[in-house]
Order: sequence, then C-alpha cells, then structure tokens
Amino acid sequence: MPKIDIHGLTIEKCRQGLMNKEFSALEVAKIFLERIAKDDEQIFSYLTLTPELALGQAKAVDRLIAQGRQIPRLAGVPCAIKDNILLKDARCTAGSKILENYSASYDATVVEKLKKEGAVILGKTNLDEFAMGSSTENSSFGVTRNPRDLERVAGGSSGGSAAAVAGGMAIYSLGSDTGGSIRLPAAFCGVAGLKPTYGAVSRYGLIAFASSLDQIGPMAKTVDDVQTVFEIIAGQDRMDSTSVETPKIENSRLAGGQAKLKIENLRIGVPSEYFVKGGDPEVAKQVKIALEKYEKLGAKIVEVSLPNTEYALAAYYIISPAEASANLARFDGVKYGYSQKAENLADAYLNTRGRGFGKEVQRRIMLGTYVLSAGYYDAYYIRAQKVRTLIRNDFNNAFKTADVLMSPVSPSLPFKIGEKIKDPLSMYLVDLYTVSVNLAGFPALSLPIGEAKGLPVGLQIIGKEFEENKIFKIAKLYESN
Amino acid sequence: MIPEKDVKRIANLARLSLSPAEIKQYQKELSPILDYIGVLKKADITKADVTSHPREALNVFRKDEAFKETEEEVGKLVQAAPDKKEGYIKVKSVLK
Repeated sequence: MPKIDIHGLTIEKCRQGLMNKEFSALEVAKIFLERIAKDDEQIFSYLTLTPELALGQAKAVDRLIAQGRQIPRLAGVPCAIKDNILLKDARCTAGSKILENYSASYDATVVEKLKKEGAVILGKTNLDEFAMGSSTENSSFGVTRNPRDLERVAGGSSGGSAAAVAGGMAIYSLGSDTGGSIRLPAAFCGVAGLKPTYGAVSRYGLIAFASSLDQIGPMAKTVDDVQTVFEIIAGQDRMDSTSVETPKIENSRLAGGQAKLKIENLRIGVPSEYFVKGGDPEVAKQVKIALEKYEKLGAKIVEVSLPNTEYALAAYYIISPAEASANLARFDGVKYGYSQKAENLADAYLNTRGRGFGKEVQRRIMLGTYVLSAGYYDAYYIRAQKVRTLIRNDFNNAFKTADVLMSPVSPSLPFKIGEKIKDPLSMYLVDLYTVSVNLAGFPALSLPIGEAKGLPVGLQIIGKEFEENKIFKIAKLYESN
Repeated sequence: MIPEKDVKRIANLARLSLSPAEIKQYQKELSPILDYIGVLKKADITKADVTSHPREALNVFRKDEAFKETEEEVGKLVQAAPDKKEGYIKVKSVLK
C-alpha cells in the first residue's frame, strides 16, 4: 500500500492524489478504516462504522478514474456524519438509548448531496444525546475523548465529528449546531467548523432538537475544505420549507468570486461584552493576538457593543428546551425506537420516555414543558422571544460599523472529563459566546488560532446573513499569513 | 426552590415517569437553572416584538399532492414500529 500522510490530507490533496494515481480511493478508504480500528477505541469518535458502504463508494470512484472520466468534487474523500443525521439503512441513534436499534429509512438531504459528489462515508459519529450538551459526555454510549489531550472532553455536541477530523479518522465531517455544537468542539479539537446562516442548509433528515436554531454544517482541518463542503450542502430544498436559495454562495468560487476582499477596507468588530471577567484569560489573550495579526495586515479593529448579551444564554435556555419538548414528543414508543409495554397508552408513554431518555434530555424536556405551561408561558417563553428580537437588533446595529465580528468561541479551554457534568449550569456557560448567533440566525466560523496551556483555542468569526463567503476569505487570510 | 409538586406536575405533562429520587434530583437541578433564566425579568422588552424564527417566515406554497412511496419504503417504516400486525402499527386503545 502507498504511504499516505493522513494528517496532511485535505479534500483537494486527496483529489489530486487520486487523479494523479498516487493512490486509489480504495486504498485511502482502507487506510482510514484501519486507523479507526487502531485509534478509535481510545477516542471513541464513531458510534457506528459503515465499511461496506465506504468501500463500495471508493470502488465506484476508482472505476470512474480507470475509465478516464471526470470525478466529482468529493470523490474518494473519506468523511464522517454526526449520528443525528440520517444515513439510509444505517443505525441512527442521536446518542440516545431510545434510538439504540433504529435504522434510518432514508438519506438526509445533506447526505444525498455528499453521495452525489462521490463521498466515501466511513460512519456515524458520537454526540451528546439529541445534541444536548457541550462535552459529548451526555451520549448514552460513552464519552468522546479529545485527540489533543485524552483526559479532556472534545466539546459538544458534535464531539465525535470534531475528534474524527482532529484524530485523522476522517478528512471532513458534518455536525449540527443549535447553540454552538459545531463551533465549540471544533475549537476544543483544533479544527475549523461552520455554523451556516439559518436556512442556508436543509434540515431534512436531521433529528430535530430546536427547529428555529438547528443548522447542519461542515468541520475540517482547513477553511478551504469547510468551504467546499458548505458549497455542496447549501441550497434550497423542497423538503425543508425554511431553507432558502443561496445562489451567491453556491456560485461564489465557480464564478471566480466577487470583487477581491480588500483588507484595508475591512472593519472587524470586537464585542466588548465577549471579553469580560470570568472567561479564561489565556483564551482572550490568544484571540487578541489573532486580532493584532489582522490589524497588521491592514484591517481596522472597531469596538462594538452587543448590550443584550447578558440575556442571551437565559433566552436560549428557554427557547431551545421549549422547542425540544415539542420536538421530542414524537418519541412515544409507538412508531420506532425503544418501547416499554404497559396496561394502557398513557403508562406506555410515561415508562418509555422515563427510561429511554437520559438525564440531560429529561431535564431539558421538563424545562421546556415548564416555560410553556399555563401561567409561565408569558413570563418565560414570550419574554424570551422578545429578548431574541433585542439580540438580533444588537447584531444588526453592530454590523452597521463592522463587516464581521470576532470573539473567542468559548470563554473556556477544553476541560477535564467529569469536571462539569455534575453541574448543568456550569456546562451551559461554556456556550456563552455562541448561543446568540443561533438566536439571531447569523453564520459563524470557528477557526483554530493556536494554543493556550497546550490546548487549542478557536476564534469565532461572525458574518452577516449569507455572507459565509466573506467569512471564508477573511479566515483564509489568517491561515495564509 | 421549585416545589416538589410542580416537578411532579411537569414530569407528568412531559410524559416522563420518574422515581421519587429522580423527582428530588430534578428539583435540585432545575432550581438554579430557573433562577438563572429569571435574569430576563430585567430586560426592557417594552418596544420589542416577538421573534419566533430568525428569518422572516414566509408561507411556502406547493400543490397538495401525495407522493407515492415505494412498497419497500413503506415496509421499512412499519418494520421500525415496536408493535405491528399485518402491515399496520399496533397501538393501545386511546378511548375506552
């Protein structure tokens, strides 16, 4: 078998290697599967492997190459899918015992799009149960360890997807982000990850957590790879009526891109509320170094204010559990999944859900039920939705003086396994700088910018709606300088 | 602290059967979270409308057409149900 540098392999390099016949797609797939067999026992990024599918897809790519045909954009590139995104005929657990033996009957739109581009799908990755958590410790099947430090969490909820990429067990992966679930694990594992604009990517086939906040997005080692996958999965889908047409994004590179980004015209807004006491000073320091780099390249750094930041996490922990309590009502032990028999229907529901759901999911369902219940609806839920408007207005105001905003992804560095799991509120605070972006619906990238205390730090770059392309350009400036 | 009877009521509304020990545990864990989200009382929302969705939600129209699923797909869906009979999903009676 040829020597392949797994860690140096990007989508473009893999493609070039295949076209130049340095290696075959089958060889690449086998090397990744071997690597997973060897390393993933320790890291636990995958819940389910799909070797037959992967090898079959790889062989199909090799046939195209042998015939001298053009190969699509992701041909032969091994990837991983978060286990709350449906892959036809593969187990899909959402990290929950309630779906332990559930097999998906169709492909999510994003999976269908990856398959069309020749993707080689290695398997499904670990997550906090129903994507609820910031450390992947809430998975019913075990914790994912951070490849950079095995004593620490990989972040969550897309911890498996981030660890698979960081550990050289996939070239790119898909995650989902409701309050930071792509950006946080990307930052903790030292890879790049994008939460797209709400509506840019179809949610069809994503197991719903909070429907007005959820977005699927890519994770990879380089911004260019994130962009490639994003361009493929983005676009309107008749199966998701909240998805919108994004022609500018889709054609950005094919059309040669818009006018070149002039760094001297770039205004980077820095929200003062995202650098307050309580955060890890080492994280803030690394972010400031990154900002200085942009300043040296010619960008203007402007201070902006998001005055309602102090309410964001509270609004998030009303709106997202409220939506979750409704979305998770479908797990009733009747249609699919774990089921507890009982004398009557009501008891069957109660027992199935009482035993099938894990602790954090039950906590959030109860929280959501509480804020939606008679007497509390106006005080909590309606108030939170009004605060959501204020938060969105804050961003729109900030974007009047800034083209993009930059901040830490999280106030915290990757923490030790077990450190926060007993105290839900301390876990929630890890997402302090990411939840607002979901409430407002904007796109944001987590970009690795170096280390503090030997652990990766992520820079969050927030853009205006559907300006992913601008975020990519700005992030690439950092990578190449 | 949220009263125990409220936790019981919510658990029942949410269709979760919980042991007395679990009720006590959730009572202990939900209280600080409810205290924390109480910070919203300070927010000045007098001029704010509700946002239920990050983008202006527009009605999306389509023809009212049924898609014919293949027998294989229908079979898979029924197969996923824990209790089924002759191609149908079995459910306990709702009304007595």
